[in-house]
Amino acid sequence: MSFIPNFDDDGNEGRKIAFICTKANLDMAYPALIMGNAALGEGVEVDIFFSFWGFDLIMKNRQDNLKFNPAGNTGMHLPGSDAHFPQSMSLLPGMTAMATWMLKREFDKLDVPPVSEFLDIITASGGRLWGCKLSADMYGVTEQDLREDVGGIITASDFIEIAKGAQVIFI
Amino acid sequence: MPVIEIAGKSVNVNDEGFLTEYDDWNEEIAKELAKNIEIEMTDAHWAIIRFLREDFKTQGETATTRRVQSTGGFPIKDQFALFPKKPGKKMSYIAGLPKPAGCV
Repeated sequence: MSFIPNFDDDGNEGRKIAFICTKANLDMAYPALIMGNAALGEGVEVDIFFSFWGFDLIMKNRQDNLKFNPAGNTGMHLPGSDAHFPQSMSLLPGMTAMATWMLKREFDKLDVPPVSEFLDIITASGGRLWGCKLSADMYGVTEQDLREDVGGIITASDFIEIAKGAQVIFI
Repeated sequence: MPVIEIAGKSVNVNDEGFLTEYDDWNEEIAKELAKNIEIEMTDAHWAIIRFLREDFKTQGETATTRRVQSTGGFPIKDQFALFPKKPGKKMSYIAGLPKPAGCV
């Protein structure tokens, strides 16, 4: 045995992952960011396409103001307990603000960066960000409203071309 | 755990070849480790490796690429340029530390 690690630099040569982010709930913003960042650190190419509600993740004024509410999420538990969070409480006044605050606090504890900083890291690592044209038209936004590092506002066909040969993950 | 000889010194490594004892490491060994994975050490490489060593001493775990940027001040882009493709793993290998354990 040589005891030299095999980093297999070429093993991921040509490997690509494309994420489609369609959600802007705070909890659903992170899966693509965490997996995309991990993929880049393994030498895998990453493209992320932001569509529908997910478009908020690349909008300068919205990306760090995502919200979380337990409504409709029956997997949610009361803090530190196996008991389920009563769905009827989801709509109490202030619940979204409180749940958002609590989730952000948990992220902070684990040193998970806010969305804007996470996307900075991803583009610095070579990841590419794309906005969905239909969503831009629907929201009435232009490239001025987006992060400067977004590669462009592209059509669904453009994305299909970009994702050629990629493993595609829809979130 | 295997014990092998690097740069004239006996060091403890795991099955992959990562050093397992913080104090086994020195810069002569680091040069050999870098050579093993085809990295030629420059001042820019050393600055990051020394940061990782110091940071591990206080934190007890290997800094992730993000921490190397946020605390060490070495931009992630530079880390990818200096330690291509898999900077987190390559930096920790040369620094004689475990792979970073964090997901972020």
